[in-house]
Amino acid sequence: MKIHEYQAKELFEKYTIPIPDGGIAFNSVEAQKIAGDIGDFPILIKSQIHAGGRGKGGGIKLANSFDEVASITESIIGSPLITHQTGPEGKIVKKVLVEKALKIEKELYLSIIPDRTTEKIAIIASEAGGMDIEELASITPEKIIKVYINPLLGIQPYHCRQAAFGLQLSPNLAKKFITILINLYRLFMDYDCALAEINPLAITADENIVALDAKVNFDDNALFRHKDILKYRDLDEEDPIEIEASKFNLNYIKLGGNVGNMVNGAGLAMATMDLIKLYGAEPANFLDVGGAANAEMVENGFRIILEDNKVKAILINIFGGILRCDMLAKGVVQAASKAGTKIPVVVRMEGTNVEEGRRILSESGLNFIVANDLKEAAQKVVRIINIHEHIC
Amino acid sequence: MSIFVDNNTRLLVQGITGKEGRFHTQKCIEYGTNVVAGVTPGKGGQKMGNVPVFNTVKEAMKNTGANCSMIFVPPAFAADAILEAVESGIDLIVAITEGIPVMDMIKIKNYIKNTKSRLIGPNCPGIITPGQCKVGIMPGHIHKTGGPIGVVSRSGTLTYEVVNQLSLHGLGQTTCIGIGGDPINGTSFIDCLEAFEKDSDTEGIVMVGEIGGSAEEEAAEFIKKHVTKKVVGFIAGLTAPPGRRMGHAGAIISGSSGTARTKITAMKESGIYVCEDLGSFGEMCADLL
Repeated sequence: MKIHEYQAKELFEKYTIPIPDGGIAFNSVEAQKIAGDIGDFPILIKSQIHAGGRGKGGGIKLANSFDEVASITESIIGSPLITHQTGPEGKIVKKVLVEKALKIEKELYLSIIPDRTTEKIAIIASEAGGMDIEELASITPEKIIKVYINPLLGIQPYHCRQAAFGLQLSPNLAKKFITILINLYRLFMDYDCALAEINPLAITADENIVALDAKVNFDDNALFRHKDILKYRDLDEEDPIEIEASKFNLNYIKLGGNVGNMVNGAGLAMATMDLIKLYGAEPANFLDVGGAANAEMVENGFRIILEDNKVKAILINIFGGILRCDMLAKGVVQAASKAGTKIPVVVRMEGTNVEEGRRILSESGLNFIVANDLKEAAQKVVRIINIHEHIC
Repeated sequence: MSIFVDNNTRLLVQGITGKEGRFHTQKCIEYGTNVVAGVTPGKGGQKMGNVPVFNTVKEAMKNTGANCSMIFVPPAFAADAILEAVESGIDLIVAITEGIPVMDMIKIKNYIKNTKSRLIGPNCPGIITPGQCKVGIMPGHIHKTGGPIGVVSRSGTLTYEVVNQLSLHGLGQTTCIGIGGDPINGTSFIDCLEAFEKDSDTEGIVMVGEIGGSAEEEAAEFIKKHVTKKVVGFIAGLTAPPGRRMGHAGAIISGSSGTARTKITAMKESGIYVCEDLGSFGEMCADLL
């Protein structure tokens, strides 16, 4: 789960990680009030969307007066912000973080992640902050410090020294940095974070260290033990079809092509998408109905695929380990007749009760095309798309 | 021969009285697996069919000589169940459970290193040595006995697809292992490759990976140095968009790393035959292996 910068900064405050004075505003009146509380210009107006690249996309602006605070806020709120992570249609900004702009001496980078390769907690730091970590890694890889922590042991003073000395900090700044690092590590562990990142972590002109930005992601699998952060979920930042799918425990991701597909199991779902592409068409989505899928889930999956009006054909690929093909077939027939769709559906099923499943489909009187194996399924669905494109 | 499980496997099931646990225990018994015990805290003394249920793993092992545990415990309690099995000194743990927090798995991984236990999974279909022993949720009937192919995969149903094609093309399997779709798994590709390389009945290896992380790249490097047997690979997720978690917790392209293309390239450079058309996987293996 992702949260906004201002929410991450709320957590930072709780863990006494220094942040600039400021507050969240939903309109220009609120923004001006916060500016008044700060009592000093310049002030930063920062768009709050989940995607990165906000600065480059024009979503972070400097205001030098109350009038500018109002006019910038009005120009940002309600408009789409396009960054390299939002896609071409951008993301509508609904709120801004109004913050005191500080005098900066130097920008550092600091993050904590669970590291897959070493199976440890990794602290990543660099004295060349401000750019994203991929840029850092390609431009100044020699300045990236990595310190690995065994969570059974926890963060030790020498871990902190390794990071602080690696950043070439003076003893005074090193002390302040280490306090921040320990607090960030506590936050990371307490909340099962998937990422806790401060970029930039600024050294100010008055020799303080302050988190100018804040990015905290959580492990979805651990949310059950962190009920207090569920309130931070912002449904406006998620795709409505994906939210709908998640209600039924379906895993749906929209992709943009015109071949809808429904598959049991994530690996096979990806491989099916790849196959559609390989045979010359474009997958419209990723949809994993899960190993334990039932007729109801299949029905919901069908409805969700059809909400994407680009879809011109559907491929259903089910390798039934746990799933029974006859139950699946019933679900598909039910769904198709309820949806009243004329879109052709290629069905490939394998596993328990497969003959019964195929019989149910072919006797349904609906537009089903049965395929005997994966290759045939891909060929058939691509042929349908090609004919469709030829006619239209 | 085979790796990790065979006729000598004496299986206990943690979470045997739950819906999934009960169903799949039955399927394993039908396949011929020697299921000797179940564990559900508070239900000790009961029986599931002919299988005695115990309150603790230790008790179950002491009474039945179980040497392998299959775990169906829900995610919130799964780490505890795995650690209980480890502390009881069991040889092999197969964790089917999907949705265990990453931090729990990192702690388990750092702890289990210094013990005698091997963990397979979590979030996996399990492991099967066709004709001998099935510890997992995979459909038994698609497998073909007698080898000569060893299969290792990060996926579930995609593995069934691959195994089914192998069997239809006359290629049996020595052992098939699903190592799981989570970012941190107990047994890695490399562990399995090493075991298959040593297994005299395994003549060829099939390796199925997917986007996310760098396990396939590391495996490719290992194969180049240490594996003399032919390896055929497949990677799912060429069309997956970056930054999105594709169903499996571990299947995510972060920035520009973990893409299917980089994995395929690394594998080809290490001498692995990579199949890009899943529809022809069995055919390709029949030609090569």
